Amino acid sequence: MALKLSDLRTEVHQDWCPGCGDFGILASAQMALKELDIPQERVALFSGIGCHGKIHHFINVSGAHTLHGRALPYALGTKLANPNLEVLCFGGDGDGLGIGVGHFVHAGRRNIDMTYAIHDNGVYGLTKGQASPTLGLDLQTKSLPEPNINNNVNPVALALASGVTFIARSYAFDTRHLADTLKKAVLHKGFAVVIILQPCPTYNDIETRAWYSGEDRRNPETKRPMPRVYKLESEGYDPLVKDGMTEKERFAKMSQALEKAQEWGDEIPIGVFYQDLSTSSYADRILHRIPSYLTASPATQAIAVDGGRPAADLARIYDGLAV
Amino acid sequence: MKDESFSWVIGGPQGSGVDSSANIFARACAHGGLWVFGKREYHSNIMGLHSYFQVRVSEKELRSPVDRVDLLATFEEETLVRHAAEVVAGGGILYDPAKAAKPIEEIETWHGFAKEHVLERLKGEGLELTVAGVLKEAEKRGVKLFPVPYTDLVNQLSAHYPEKQLSKLTRVVNVVAVAASLALVKFDRAPLDDAVRAIFGRKPEIAEINVFVADRTYEYATQHYPGGLGRTLTTRASPRRLFLMGNQAVALGKLLGGCRMQTYYPITPASDESEFLEAHEVFDAVPAAKLPDGKGSILVVQTEDEIAAITMATGAALAGTRAATSTSGPGFSLMCEGLGYAGINEIPVVVTLYQRAGPSTGMPTRHEQGDLRFAMHTGQGEFPRILLASGDMEECIYDAARCMDYAERYQLPVIHLVDKGLANSNSLVPIPDPSRIRIERGGLVQSLPATDPPYKRFAFTEDGLSPRAPFGVKGALMWNTGDEHNEFGHIDEDPENRVKMMEKRHGKVLLAAKQIPREEKVNVFGPPDAAATIVSWGSTKGAILDAMASLAEEGVRLNFLQIRMVLPFPDDVVRDVLSKAKRRISVEMNYSSQMAGVLSERTHLSMDTEIVKFNGRPMTHNELHDALKRAAAPGAPQRMVLTNGS
Repeated sequence: MALKLSDLRTEVHQDWCPGCGDFGILASAQMALKELDIPQERVALFSGIGCHGKIHHFINVSGAHTLHGRALPYALGTKLANPNLEVLCFGGDGDGLGIGVGHFVHAGRRNIDMTYAIHDNGVYGLTKGQASPTLGLDLQTKSLPEPNINNNVNPVALALASGVTFIARSYAFDTRHLADTLKKAVLHKGFAVVIILQPCPTYNDIETRAWYSGEDRRNPETKRPMPRVYKLESEGYDPLVKDGMTEKERFAKMSQALEKAQEWGDEIPIGVFYQDLSTSSYADRILHRIPSYLTASPATQAIAVDGGRPAADLARIYDGLAV
Repeated sequence: MKDESFSWVIGGPQGSGVDSSANIFARACAHGGLWVFGKREYHSNIMGLHSYFQVRVSEKELRSPVDRVDLLATFEEETLVRHAAEVVAGGGILYDPAKAAKPIEEIETWHGFAKEHVLERLKGEGLELTVAGVLKEAEKRGVKLFPVPYTDLVNQLSAHYPEKQLSKLTRVVNVVAVAASLALVKFDRAPLDDAVRAIFGRKPEIAEINVFVADRTYEYATQHYPGGLGRTLTTRASPRRLFLMGNQAVALGKLLGGCRMQTYYPITPASDESEFLEAHEVFDAVPAAKLPDGKGSILVVQTEDEIAAITMATGAALAGTRAATSTSGPGFSLMCEGLGYAGINEIPVVVTLYQRAGPSTGMPTRHEQGDLRFAMHTGQGEFPRILLASGDMEECIYDAARCMDYAERYQLPVIHLVDKGLANSNSLVPIPDPSRIRIERGGLVQSLPATDPPYKRFAFTEDGLSPRAPFGVKGALMWNTGDEHNEFGHIDEDPENRVKMMEKRHGKVLLAAKQIPREEKVNVFGPPDAAATIVSWGSTKGAILDAMASLAEEGVRLNFLQIRMVLPFPDDVVRDVLSKAKRRISVEMNYSSQMAGVLSERTHLSMDTEIVKFNGRPMTHNELHDALKRAAAPGAPQRMVLTNGS
């Protein structure tokens, strides 16, 4: 029986602020899961600490609302242990690009087949609005005593430099686009990163929903707002690195993505920036060492027989150590 | 102290092959049916600084090092000068005569008090401040000198193997030292070849070169020193045993205990265990396990830091894997938060903590038992854990397996405390007996009937244990969170729920305390009516048992309570043993007698004497023999600090 949206909802009260981008992200995630129609028990969902972290409690699948900055290694551990699970991980911009940024970089190197979505609103919401690593230099959002003294990290560029094989960006209030982007990310065979631009109605009074939709810059003729966000796919942008491409062709795709990642302000691209289908996944690499990895994974192989005797028979290891 | 064992020391700059030569020596003795105990001392350095290896050999079981050296094998200056004074009268020194003229001041890799002491001594005796002066001093004390012309022997070899580069062959000086040593104690030739071939099994060509060198060296030594050292080592029959290092023992225990994912970040002295596991990532499985091609496997993941190591292992455990990580103090410090998460979410994960000398970076390659309190209290707030401390190699195997089992049975993090002393020692262990290992998966739910009420991962039950489903079981949806939570795993700060959850989690430890048999918690050795009772934990066990045996020969009767399970603390049995003690003596490798403090908290009993050592070198048989003898007598000091070791 096909999955219904209602199957993916829990009864837990959603305690985000009214107008929070997290509502759009939650709806999109549920849409994506429904449309992918993966049995609920096959999904494992992770989140970190911050406003975003509660998303797991609102989605009716198993998983873990983890520690600040550490959602990724928990998620990776689950995926490595049972490669047949579909693993989705949510993180915040402070959570995933501040305290947990090291894990982000190393996840790129491994290319484990899972999805990592970062809620990016430029502030630490749950601790009342401090600057997050993605807030631009000199910006002074509502609760900052002084303008931001740090430059911002560019998550798309960082993902590219870290070897991430699927890099996309979407917008919390374009739920259709976000759901489709999440689906593409899930279907990608490798580590997929989705940066989700998200207004914080309480603490980010600069990059607001109105700002993203261009309320402040109306078309002089139609008087309609001109949204800042535009879709890469509508421009015919091709992010794909296909099998068999030369290194030079791959570098060209990277340069193109890096260039697009610099656009901000009046023109903010969303969509898939880069997708590399030619790099081996971590599971492929493990299979070279452990041929039974997918059929007898760490989580699913028998470890005991006959009521508790070890399944391991180490006689041949002992031969090398015995005197 | 009466001691019939033979103590052999080899030393040299790190990276020069000292380890493998010590291994060859020890394995040769073991192949010859003797008991061996090997101890490795080294600096945090890859090339050039001094390291040495002591191999103690006996016909009787050995469990600890001694300070005395019977035969010192050297091929360069520093080892000779550092260790010559440890050689007993009647013992011997093997050395390269070409190095005798070297002034001690010019040994650039050696600084500190020990060097100054040697220079002062030589000055006092009016001897030359050179290697030759040190040799002279030793000779005056009755030490026999055995010059070995290493260069000549190696040159002979290069004539025999003209196609080999001499630079590669210089490493064979190690085998020269080993073979000459064994020739001097008239040891059979065959076990040496067995050892060489076992160690260079993957490189038969190198093995044959080494066998050839050993032949020539035996010939040389027999010809030039027909009387030998004046002591002999005789081969004998013995059952087949494993020649193990502590970190290999832990690895074997993990494989047997069902560990199927290990994460780690490189750190001394823990990483060797993970590397051993990775080298054996695919292993045979018993046919009844019906695994593909009859193979089991363990996935070893090198992570970006120890935070990722503990969290990734925990993620694997959530998926139903028996997972572990191994680290040492600095890495364990980073794991605090992750450990608490496993605690509040009742996730079975095992941390093997190889203690080394702290604080901070401390002395990274030196020994200490300084992390007892740290491991007992790691993390904010209060959560249940099981903490096990192994005392020797054999315990390392079975305890490592048990840790995997306790974690799943009681759904909590388990810390396995070992230390550098164990990790880097060699000894002989009976082949593990799988029937001594039981794997019980602690109510792991693999399927749920469709009609059941909604699954509650943290359901309140009588004994505190809830049905634990891994991710992936149909109908068993669950939420984990570092926040206090309700039975489903959703955030809940209701005061009543909080009390019930705290009681539930901590109740599991009471259950563990009740269910785990006494023999897994403590060992008691020695006669009940002993003059004094020793209390200790961890790898001091070896030196204590050896000292008890040698003291018994002098009529000093002691008994020994070894605490293996630190948490839950075995209050009753400890109180029972200690309240009957005539005198109480604690023995620990740390500054502040951490276990003695814990004992006093738990039982309100204090120690008559606390023996401690914190200079980074494991306790030796003889120093503990002397210290215990003194501590067992009336009027002993309240605190005794041991300082032996180089």
